[in-house]
Amino acid sequence: MRTKSLIALLAASALALTACGGDDGAEPGTDDTAPVTSTDPMESPDEGSGDMTFEAGTTMAELSDAGTIQIGTKFDQPGFGLKGLSGGPEGFDVEVAKIIAGAMGITEDNIEWVETPSKVREEVIEQGKVDMVVATYTMNEKRAERIAFAGPYYMAGQQLMVAADDDTITGPESLMENPNAKVCSVTGSTPSEQIKEYLANDSQLVLFDVYDKCADALRTGQVQVVTTDNVILLGFVSESDGEFKLVGEQFTEEPYGIGIEKGDTAFCEFINETLQENEDAYNEAWSSTAGAVEGASPAELPEPEPCV
Amino acid sequence: MDAITENLDLFLSGYWTSLKICLIALVGALVLGTIIAGFRVSPVAPLRWVGATWVNMIRNAPLTVVLFFFAFGLPEIGILGSYWIFGISALIVYTSAFVCEAIRAGINSVSAGQAEAARAIGLPFTATLREVVLPQAFRTSIPPLGSVLIAMFKNSAVLGAFGVGGDLFSVSETLTSARGYAATPVLVGVAVGYLMITLPAAGLLALLERKTAIIR
Amino acid sequence: MSSEVVLYDVPGPRAKRRQAILAIIAGIAALAVVALVLYRLNEQSQFDGNLWGPLINPRDEDFAAVWGLIADGFLNTMKAAALAIVFSLALGTVIGVSRLMLGKWGRIPLVGFIELFRGLPVVVSIFFASRVLPDLGVDLSGWPGGEGLWFVVIGLTAYNSVILAEILRSGVNALPKGQSEAAMAIGLSNLATMRLILLPQAVRIMLPALISQLVVILKDTSLAAVLGVYPELLNAAKIIYLNLGNPIQALFVVGTIFVAINFGLSKLAGWVEYRMSHSSRSPGGETDEGVRYITDTAELAQ
Repeated sequence: MRTKSLIALLAASALALTACGGDDGAEPGTDDTAPVTSTDPMESPDEGSGDMTFEAGTTMAELSDAGTIQIGTKFDQPGFGLKGLSGGPEGFDVEVAKIIAGAMGITEDNIEWVETPSKVREEVIEQGKVDMVVATYTMNEKRAERIAFAGPYYMAGQQLMVAADDDTITGPESLMENPNAKVCSVTGSTPSEQIKEYLANDSQLVLFDVYDKCADALRTGQVQVVTTDNVILLGFVSESDGEFKLVGEQFTEEPYGIGIEKGDTAFCEFINETLQENEDAYNEAWSSTAGAVEGASPAELPEPEPCV
Repeated sequence: MDAITENLDLFLSGYWTSLKICLIALVGALVLGTIIAGFRVSPVAPLRWVGATWVNMIRNAPLTVVLFFFAFGLPEIGILGSYWIFGISALIVYTSAFVCEAIRAGINSVSAGQAEAARAIGLPFTATLREVVLPQAFRTSIPPLGSVLIAMFKNSAVLGAFGVGGDLFSVSETLTSARGYAATPVLVGVAVGYLMITLPAAGLLALLERKTAIIR
Repeated sequence: MSSEVVLYDVPGPRAKRRQAILAIIAGIAALAVVALVLYRLNEQSQFDGNLWGPLINPRDEDFAAVWGLIADGFLNTMKAAALAIVFSLALGTVIGVSRLMLGKWGRIPLVGFIELFRGLPVVVSIFFASRVLPDLGVDLSGWPGGEGLWFVVIGLTAYNSVILAEILRSGVNALPKGQSEAAMAIGLSNLATMRLILLPQAVRIMLPALISQLVVILKDTSLAAVLGVYPELLNAAKIIYLNLGNPIQALFVVGTIFVAINFGLSKLAGWVEYRMSHSSRSPGGETDEGVRYITDTAELAQ
């Protein structure tokens, strides 16, 4: 009932995306049939040659030669990475990953998707189980001690969602004044940590494994506030038939990055360049997935952080 | 081991939370389980059916499913409450099915002459059960009941996934995913926390088992 | 004692009337609770066609995909449970036999191992397998079925092998003493006594306990969903409701599958136990006690 329309929308736009990627070959990243395009007018890493040529020994060269890549993403985050009823995951993170894989000549069929819930993301990179992680992965220093981030490819910001008829919660500041208002988020997520400074006490926070459970709890009145990145909340608002609304301003900046092995500066730079060069594909990826919900702002590729 | 020393307060509060959950659930599960056991041996047929359905459904469902229906099913039928109460209630209900079976096995081990003697002096069903059979059944049930209650403490680790939060196992999730600590030291800390309860409990149980074994 | 007959007198006319009234009240109360729940669910439109359709209506466009997911999840659950019971049995036998045969001091490390894994929540064991093993450099990703499967199997085996070892030990201890004495008398060594005389009997009477333990294992595979490491049945339910927005319905179907299978297994265990305690090949009265005691222990291990 709630999610079905969104899914239909996503499916339809995914089809549209594949179609337009295929007809003129303008975006090597989204074209799943012929990613190697020597006639590509845009500046891309593979420009001027029939095959991908990367400096020997780089991650790109290895992946390009192998023709396959393992990418970690979420399987349970609607809009970003959600496993469909049949087939692989769908969403913005998935599309962004496809752009990068495509730039190395790897077709969609040769991408192996690995489910990476929040708690395993550093480990799978460190242990080399995946080549990169694109999974609503907020860049922060603690994580950067163990892995490297390319990007950011999206600037998320945390916000609050409440029931439409709720006037008491107007922003994060009102949480302190309403210690009985329960705030819902996802276990181990960055938003769940960042909201803590606004809370009157620890027991105000309710944690689940997915945000859908939070939305459910808000609908039944079990919690009064759901907090996470604003575009995820917008998805719930647009499905709720006017039951939910967003309140207050975004009160954090959460740059989503692409997790790769620590120290792989060349790969990091390649990813950043690829995104810069494929802005059209990027915009298309956004507007066909997470950005498709009502009220979402248009995509804007952020300036990449320097690779370290 | 920095992960443990830096976050000792978090571990301790998680430990305390888990302990609190279990102390409450322990009392609840014993009471509810005994009542259901009474249902299962009662002369009133519908009560026996309720008891049997209760045990067969709950004992065969994973705790995670039981917890889900408490946390998301009850609000759907208009029963709101804190996830604390839902989580503990689910743990009580789940454990009660096992407590019931332990006690029923205990009742079956009390020699028939005891109940017959109770009836001979004119005690009704409830008094036979309360005054004569159950006190003896509890003594034989102590070893299995002990295992059930230790299992309950271990099962409480799952509550964190259903909005309860702050328990010992949730601490590991908070530290490893949101704060980016390496898994091994955090998990060792959590494991030690659980063993600090289960090992002494198992020891105590073995002791009780030896003491009560005389009655056979 | 057979409780129904000895716990209360054969009811006289007044008691019969009182019991009939109680039965009616209890029956009505139980039905009223069920009715109220159904009514409230209906009020919240939880019986809506588009919530149930994909799960129960074969003509629904998502029906095939939904049941495909459930079938995959079910197979994965079964695969993990089957592997876990096989490994637990093998490892449990080794641990149980060693504990029986080692001397007082030799047992100590073994007892430590048993107590360690018996005292840990299974969810912690699985978490350990999935996080600590890779940290220690153990790479399972090349193993057939994927590493997620093996994390679950290892976590479940760590706990259940220890439980089965204890069941085996009590099974052997429950055998009549004459069995081992006779074996010694004909000159069998300790090991041969165990292997030829005691184990075959103990394993046979352990069968119902094994089936009961399978119920425990099946239920515990769902802990993988809490950790998100393996696409088993509960995880399938999650993917379904994230796509279709029907958590109550999806969990109801999956919960029913769990209860049905485990109920069947419990009944099977009871039947096997009954068959064994009534079979003429049963080694003796004490063994019957053993069967019942062992089954009870297993059922209560949750």
